Amino acid sequence: MRKLLVSPAPHIHGNENTRKIMRDVLIALAPSVIVSVYFFGFKAIELVLVGAVTCMGVEYLVQKYIMRVKPSVSDLSAAVTGVLLALNLPPNAPWWVMLIGSIVAIGVAKLTFGGLGHNVFNPALVGRVFLLVSFPAIMTDWTLPDGWFRPEVDAISGATPLSIINEGLASGLTLSQIMANHPEIDLSWTQMLFAKTGGSIGELSSFALILGFVYLLARKVIRPHITLSILLTVAALTFIFWQINPDKYTDPLFNILSGGVLIGSIFMATDYVTSPMTAKGMVIYGVGIGLITVLIRYFGSYPEGISFAILIMNSVVPLINKYVKPRRFGKEVANA
Amino acid sequence: MPKESTFKNMAVCLTVVCLVCSAVLAGIYVMTRDAIAAADAAKTDSAIALVVPSFDNKPSEDVIRVPFGAGDTANVYVAMKAGETVGYAIEVSAIGFGGEIRMMVGIDSSGNVYNTSVISHAETPGLGSKMTEEAYSGQYVGKNPSENNFNVTKDGGEIVAITASTITSRAYSEAVKTAFSIYESIGK
Amino acid sequence: MRKIDIVIKGIVKENPTFMLVLGMCPTLGTTTSAINGMSMGLATTFVLILSNLAISLIAGLIPNKVRIPAYVVVIATFVTVLELLMKAYVPSMYATLGLFIPLIVVNCIVLGRAEAFANKNTPVDSALDGLGIGLGFTCSLTVIGLVREALGNLSVFGWKFAEGDGILAFVLAPGAFIVLGYLMAIFRKMTGKKA
Repeated sequence: MRKLLVSPAPHIHGNENTRKIMRDVLIALAPSVIVSVYFFGFKAIELVLVGAVTCMGVEYLVQKYIMRVKPSVSDLSAAVTGVLLALNLPPNAPWWVMLIGSIVAIGVAKLTFGGLGHNVFNPALVGRVFLLVSFPAIMTDWTLPDGWFRPEVDAISGATPLSIINEGLASGLTLSQIMANHPEIDLSWTQMLFAKTGGSIGELSSFALILGFVYLLARKVIRPHITLSILLTVAALTFIFWQINPDKYTDPLFNILSGGVLIGSIFMATDYVTSPMTAKGMVIYGVGIGLITVLIRYFGSYPEGISFAILIMNSVVPLINKYVKPRRFGKEVANA
Repeated sequence: MPKESTFKNMAVCLTVVCLVCSAVLAGIYVMTRDAIAAADAAKTDSAIALVVPSFDNKPSEDVIRVPFGAGDTANVYVAMKAGETVGYAIEVSAIGFGGEIRMMVGIDSSGNVYNTSVISHAETPGLGSKMTEEAYSGQYVGKNPSENNFNVTKDGGEIVAITASTITSRAYSEAVKTAFSIYESIGK
Repeated sequence: MRKIDIVIKGIVKENPTFMLVLGMCPTLGTTTSAINGMSMGLATTFVLILSNLAISLIAGLIPNKVRIPAYVVVIATFVTVLELLMKAYVPSMYATLGLFIPLIVVNCIVLGRAEAFANKNTPVDSALDGLGIGLGFTCSLTVIGLVREALGNLSVFGWKFAEGDGILAFVLAPGAFIVLGYLMAIFRKMTGKKA
């Protein structure tokens, strides 16, 4: 495969510009980090810092001593990966889990493929999925750490609403029975938007994530196509199923606001290197991700599917790029 | 230098090769037939030994076939010592999270679970696979359904499920309960 | 070439796993632990030596057009013999390797060596080639198994050096591919082969 590095505008000309973009992403992530610190305290800061530092550290060490190239750590892309990965972990995760995640995300998913611009798969997601498979007990334990001021969050302990529902459905209960058994799950949209859904430290506040999305749009770092096509696809598909059987299928709003769909569609799927170049391609990509996510959620055995959906679509991106070429200015349209 | 590929040559060659190979196979088969049967029996016996008190007979030979469910038969292996029955080993299966879980449940002469052991499963490594550990399977030892509730705590019972593996834990309990119903139906 | 060179070639320069990239299916499937990998390697070596020897002996008698079916029947016979012997005398190893034993028949290495070497060389050389390739296969499978077992299960050859579970991905499919890829890169770098 020829290594033609193509990316959508704005074009990256080197360290400086990459760093500007990455800085914007970090700023966009800041609200979510703040919210998670508010709820989880010290552990959240620890994980985010360990994530950023270890990712940058791994990149520096591997680039300098194994690949023997000039380290590009200052472009901050590794830092972004680290923060994203940390936001995907449960609050009680030990620091060495984060370290292993960083090594896999940067070392395996990014550098082995050749570094920034050459990787096929989103490094943060590869790290997350690797950790999910490797440490299933740790990665699905959402109990809160002790010793921090935490208003009204005592309701969330153990499992996320998604996994409780998933398990309940798998053992044949209907949604209404599950809800009756678990009064602490509050699916009203105000709760979901402003914090109460249990989850990884980044999933907590949809509102904070949306703030980040708006910031990135305003700074022209990303275009809305991918995020919106994912969300709309998920909403549309879940709406259809929900209408068919409200007792077995969760409603669209719940599906959008839970399970990392927001953080996935805003921050993971929009990564330049692993997403399509053209607007049309982006829409196809987003629809594919939404479709696979819903399929995994409703018919697969994992409670949430967006991580896998994005990774699967990552592998389809070269195909999308091949068939959906950008329009060349000046080219005559035959029989126009 | 290989022979010419005429039809006759090819046909003869293939026939000869197949005949010789079949002969070799038949010979080895006859040679190993008894050893294989013995190894199979030994495997079943050692699976049984894990779940019942010590015995001196060959439970794989003392087997009661019990019909149960919709036309299935279950194998109940009888373990004896000095002519007295010391326990029954019952082969059961249940559907877990990843597929079938096959187990051996041992019930001693006082009607309590002596031990349980998993023969094969397809549960999630690190989660459901922990059912083979003593911390989980040990919960069933010494209990029986008339005095203890074999459901997981979520369903009102006494068994503490494996974290994040309720479905696996439930299946395990189901298997133990099934074993008991088979045990009861043999009218010891 | 010297007899010993034939054997060594199979272990290093023509290592079936890292150089020839043959037999990937059993490589990925049976290397969940060092012992499993080693057992698979030894089982395959047994078949390799015998089939190479037999095919070398009868190569002259088999017409060209039917050589593949003839070779496959011979290989399948040896694998079945192996299976019966294992079932009878080492049932625990038979249970661990399970489905992969009959798969030795279609292991590219066996038929590949028959075609590439055994039908053109003397029986003794062919047997030695089978031994060398088989040893190479066994070594690489053992190494891969060791790495996966150490990282994924915190044990080596069944002896646990630390408590608890390891990084589970390594005893599952993803880890198999990752470990194989990295070891292949390291091996090729060490033996000086370009890409």
